[in-house]
Amino acid sequence: MSRRGQPVWRPLALWLGLGFLYVPIAWIIVYSFSGATVAGVWKGFSLRWYLALAENEGLRLAAGRSLLLAALAATAATALGTVAGYALSRLPRFRARSALTVLLAIPLFVPEVLIGFALLMLFVALETLTGLRLSKGLLPLIAGHATLGMPVVASVVYARLAGLDRSFEEAALDLGARPLRAFLTVTLPLAVPALISGWLLAFTLSFDDVITSSFLAGPANTTLPMLVYSTVRVGVNPQINVVGTLIIVGAALIVIASRLRGQPMLVPPDRAARSGGATR
Amino acid sequence: MKTARLTGRQRLAVSIPLGWLLVCVALPVLLVLGLAFGEVADRIPPIEPLLRIAAGRPTVHLTLHNLAAAATDPLYASAFGSALLNALETTALCVLIGYPFAYAIALAPERQRRLYVLLAVLPFWTSFLMRTYAWMGLIRDKGPVNHLLLALGVVNEPVPILYSPAAVLLVMVYAYVPFFILPMYAVLERLPRDLLEAAADLGARPFYAFRTVTLPLSLPGLLAGSVLVFVPAVGEYIIPDLVGNTDTIMIGGILWAEFFQNRDWPAAASIAFLMMALLVVPFLVLRRLLASLGGARPA
Repeated sequence: MSRRGQPVWRPLALWLGLGFLYVPIAWIIVYSFSGATVAGVWKGFSLRWYLALAENEGLRLAAGRSLLLAALAATAATALGTVAGYALSRLPRFRARSALTVLLAIPLFVPEVLIGFALLMLFVALETLTGLRLSKGLLPLIAGHATLGMPVVASVVYARLAGLDRSFEEAALDLGARPLRAFLTVTLPLAVPALISGWLLAFTLSFDDVITSSFLAGPANTTLPMLVYSTVRVGVNPQINVVGTLIIVGAALIVIASRLRGQPMLVPPDRAARSGGATR
Repeated sequence: MKTARLTGRQRLAVSIPLGWLLVCVALPVLLVLGLAFGEVADRIPPIEPLLRIAAGRPTVHLTLHNLAAAATDPLYASAFGSALLNALETTALCVLIGYPFAYAIALAPERQRRLYVLLAVLPFWTSFLMRTYAWMGLIRDKGPVNHLLLALGVVNEPVPILYSPAAVLLVMVYAYVPFFILPMYAVLERLPRDLLEAAADLGARPFYAFRTVTLPLSLPGLLAGSVLVFVPAVGEYIIPDLVGNTDTIMIGGILWAEFFQNRDWPAAASIAFLMMALLVVPFLVLRRLLASLGGARPA
């Protein structure tokens, strides 16, 4: 479409789009280094809010809890999602296949207030039936976040396996390997990049989650996003700029590092992951 | 469709994720649907059991009261209406912003394309909550957006943007546009370039070629991206709560308030019931679209 050089709309769309995406992020980072007591006011370069974070025990505890929760939930989601992705891409058409695909789609598709509410009803029912006090621990949160992350992992693993040549596995089977051994020694190693992407996606989903956590966390289990949310409801706060900067820089480093190692494109931690195309 | 019998081990492999989903997705959803027919009680949990043993016989206690109240409550209806309208506006703006952006990336030279895709994806790895928070800073009365408007002479005094319906729309578009950009880009990137060249060789002007070749071919991506924005947008709770005002109370917020503030679980379940009923249709549309986008997908 551009015999006569670049049409003007292309750089315009590109740079306006990137500007729209990055200006808010720049705002968070820049003002995390301001000495002012009000967020978004520049009063000289200062690390005071970074130092204040070190003394904020509530934030530190919540951050540690969220990291632990995200790591456990992402691991469970990766285990479950990998098996689901494998079953959908490698097993012959089985009867429960459509049930599996519909159930995988629900957490991705249905608004999260519904999912969080529904999961709480499950744990309330379990508590009523068994008399256990599940909500005292992290268990409902881990199970809930694993359920949110599992479909994302499944779609990434599925996309990777669907794009892989089956001849390696077939060679292993021809040479006498049992299916389980072929899966563990051939398929799984080939799918490792997808497993890593999937784990990171599930981790990010969990580490960012407010809604499901609000339903499932008992009073003693406030997560970092819940704490941030209750803080920013009141208004902007320079301490939150610091937390935001740390999260943004950490996430950016992970994404860039995994790109440099030549892994497949990482899709964002959202429902778009399911549309598949970008993961190939 | 032909189905195969699986071996014992294969069946075990399927039953693990399937069992998890049955317990953690299907069962909870059914519990909520059932709860919509329950009654509030002054106890913990604050509901009357649906199944009671009376005189040695189990009896089921169901009421249509909650659903009827939810369906006729004018507050709920207006919250549903504003959620739908807001989701529609968000979707339309995501198309207007996301389509040219995705197309510009798809038309870029191969090497730059990888960088642009990384740049487009990167923000969405960072916290959704933080990106919403950033807008609270940008659009507040003394924030950079108002400074810019004052400096440009567009306004004479700061305009209140934060805590308004416009703020909700702006931040919704910002948060949801990646759901649109990625499927859109995936489709546009795969469009055969020679079709456009053929159109140009035959004398079509760029816009005419776009309208008659690119746009129709990219329609599945446009629709898939739109549904991916629209459906979660209907239930959005955080953004209207953080940057909106009392005019922007949406159905997700009503569910939240019924549950957390009023502790009226059956009322919250009734709203959930109605939302699910409302979302079944776009869900089926999306499934068909994704299937037609080439190849089976896990979801």
